[in-house]
Amino acid sequence: METLTPTREKSKISVKDLNFYYGKFHALKGINLEIPENKVTAFIGPSGCGKSTLLRVFNRMFELYPEQRAEGRIVLDGEDLLTSKKDVAILRAKVGMVFQKPTPFPMSIYDNIAFGVKLFENLNATDMDERVEWALRKAALWGEVKDKLRQGGSSLSGGQQQRLCIARGIAIKPEVLLLDEPCSALDPISTAKVEELIVELKQDYTVVIVTHNMQQAARCSDYTAYMYLGDLIEFGATEQMFFKPTRKETEDYITGRFG
Amino acid sequence: MNAVTIDPREQKYARRKRVNQVAVGLALAAMAFGLFWLAWILVETVRLGVSGLVLSTFTQMTPPPNEVGGLANAIYGSVLMVSLATFIGAPIGIMAGIYLAEYDPHGWLASVTRFVNDILLSAPSIVIGLFVYAVVVARFKTFSGWAGVIALALIVIPVVIRTTENMLQLVPPGLREAAYALGAPKWKVILSITMKAARAGVITGILLAVARIAGETAPLLFTALSNQFWTSNLGEPMASLPVTIFKFAMSPYENWQKLAWAGVFLITFAVLGLNILARVLTRHKN
Amino acid sequence: MTNPPPSRSPRTGPFVDRLFGWAAKGAALLTLAVLVAILGSLFVGAWPAIAKYGLGFLTSTTWDPVTEEFGGLVMIYGTLATSIIALLIAVPVSFGIALFLTELSPAWLKRPLGTAIELLAAVPSIVYGMWGLLVFGPILATFVQKPLQALFGGVPVLGALVSGPPVGIGILSAGIILAIMIIPFIAAVMRDVFEVTPPLLKESAYGLGATTWEVVSTIVLPYTKAGVIGGIMLGLGRALGETMAVTFVIGNMNQLDSLSLFQAANSITSALANEFAEAGEGLHQASLIYLGLVLFFITFVVLSLSKVLLAQLRKGEGKKS
Repeated sequence: METLTPTREKSKISVKDLNFYYGKFHALKGINLEIPENKVTAFIGPSGCGKSTLLRVFNRMFELYPEQRAEGRIVLDGEDLLTSKKDVAILRAKVGMVFQKPTPFPMSIYDNIAFGVKLFENLNATDMDERVEWALRKAALWGEVKDKLRQGGSSLSGGQQQRLCIARGIAIKPEVLLLDEPCSALDPISTAKVEELIVELKQDYTVVIVTHNMQQAARCSDYTAYMYLGDLIEFGATEQMFFKPTRKETEDYITGRFG
Repeated sequence: MNAVTIDPREQKYARRKRVNQVAVGLALAAMAFGLFWLAWILVETVRLGVSGLVLSTFTQMTPPPNEVGGLANAIYGSVLMVSLATFIGAPIGIMAGIYLAEYDPHGWLASVTRFVNDILLSAPSIVIGLFVYAVVVARFKTFSGWAGVIALALIVIPVVIRTTENMLQLVPPGLREAAYALGAPKWKVILSITMKAARAGVITGILLAVARIAGETAPLLFTALSNQFWTSNLGEPMASLPVTIFKFAMSPYENWQKLAWAGVFLITFAVLGLNILARVLTRHKN
Repeated sequence: MTNPPPSRSPRTGPFVDRLFGWAAKGAALLTLAVLVAILGSLFVGAWPAIAKYGLGFLTSTTWDPVTEEFGGLVMIYGTLATSIIALLIAVPVSFGIALFLTELSPAWLKRPLGTAIELLAAVPSIVYGMWGLLVFGPILATFVQKPLQALFGGVPVLGALVSGPPVGIGILSAGIILAIMIIPFIAAVMRDVFEVTPPLLKESAYGLGATTWEVVSTIVLPYTKAGVIGGIMLGLGRALGETMAVTFVIGNMNQLDSLSLFQAANSITSALANEFAEAGEGLHQASLIYLGLVLFFITFVVLSLSKVLLAQLRKGEGKKS
């Protein structure tokens, strides 16, 4: 599969010949992809196509599970993530992730945000307060929680919890932000708020979002990758993908002929 | 339908109904049977023990037969040994439970440890006492409070391992992944996130282990033995409430028997209290 | 926006991580070590008796500290007899309690009654023992033992069972106290497994017009048989290893000259409880430790059997469906 690169953009992550296995199952087949910097890239495709799998390779989350393994190269800022000798925890601090289900830690809202920051930085109380406020403002949550920072994270509504998780991910100042179906557990209003946030975030971060909702991909993303059964079928500028897809499979999926 | 012949279905049903009624009646009787014993035991314990709840029981030492006295040294010994056994046993049990749930849960070490833990859990506590006797008492040539502490700790550990592992398994994997995604090292994920989420259940497990060893007599019989006098030296034989009750109750002396009932009262309600506390904790979390 | 390169403080570094992992692994290994140590020390302690008597120890009824002749059959018989009596009483009663709690009890009563049963399980065994000796024993003597003797006195086998001094101690008393002790355990397990029977399964049976008893005996019980057997094994294990509840009421007599259930006797645990602390460091102590080893072996066999049974049942169920 030839590399599909929008030649105008600077590439943040280069995926080269990536193969992924769950035990014997070949889940990702020879993926080649360039993720552009400071843009929102969406992975779309029917269930089981491998989009979440691909996302979870970027921060080596699969290493928690012994039956999962990856082969190939993923180059971030000139360094191959998969073979890097550097501590995986440092890598994960560079590449933040937000999951499908909101997962507030069993601690106060303030401590939720501070948790990740404390791992790598020694901030005094004032600086930490500032960072927490900054992250919550970025996640459009500050107004709603500024008076109850000491309350438990689980006291928030679903949509607020998800924005808390986004704030938590941003607080450690990563370079890339991975969002795995961030709105699938949210109501429409919270979804709209999160989508606004995603578009804003690309100013400072490279954002990759997995979504099963094509309209969402069309709304939020600059580039879209369409995947099917472990293969990368097509990748290009969102506008072009949705109005004039190059491959027939892409057109079939987008027009709802299946999937 | 001919009015004279009885419908065979109805006849069969009448018999089934009778069988059912008998079964239901027996079930009711069984329930009443079970409750009856609980009520009787508790009532007798209160009736015979409450008169022993006077200040002297808590302030005076165990007396020789037919003299006035109390249970102070026995109570102190029990509290001391139970506390130490918990301080020693609970952390070991928690760490092993963490290993089983968080590090290689399907590995050979985990499977073997679980099996061994089951054996230790169901091992007769008197056998644990024999073991500690052979290893500690025989070696140091003296019965001692420390031997008692070790024996009790060996009972705490399997209980805590089981409850800790079960509670940790209930924590959803998404919580752990979110912490790893921030770059947290494994030990921090376990201590700050997973254990925190399972905290109530783990504490309940420890409380239940404490309740269990508070009432254990057999493991103390040949480790801490007993002591007629006050001692806070764990290198000596040490009195405990259960062993003292054993000695006093089997005797023909009336004052000893009275003190034994008072001791039984104290232990029963301490243990019941701990159990109820554990329940309240779990309910509160939910 | 320039970010400072993240660095790791020693606190969060990989060394601490490895240390913690070792500590956890070490705790697990410690558990294994304890079991091995228990088996080893019991074996070493019992060795003088094992060397002298071999397996004949298990069939000899002589127990004489004076002439230094020991045999464990009296205690082994006591342990097994009291436990079997306890099971015979406890299993049907526990089943009845579980049946009541899951099918018959009104909703508002379920939780308090269930809690009451569980609290019964928490009561320390020494309470049962003492109550058994000082309260229950005399009553058993007057209202059960004496009438039974009067009734079955002359009858061939039964008569032998109920002969002996009706003073409220002995194998029957110990068996009954044990039964009361293990009922809460078995009942709690049975209730738990009955409760996870899918309601749809039961409703289908009720919908066909089955009575409560029929639903429980033909649907729930087969569905939960693995858990039920597990619970029974659990109760058996506890009964075999129980010390205080038995020691108070079994009578502490090392003789086995009649089949009588009313006769004072001894179990492995009560023999240990009564004699070990004063036993001289020689054959007497070694024989007692030998008994302890036998008991450990018996409980181990019961536990393994229950695991094997459970595994078989689960496999069988898998093939059927």
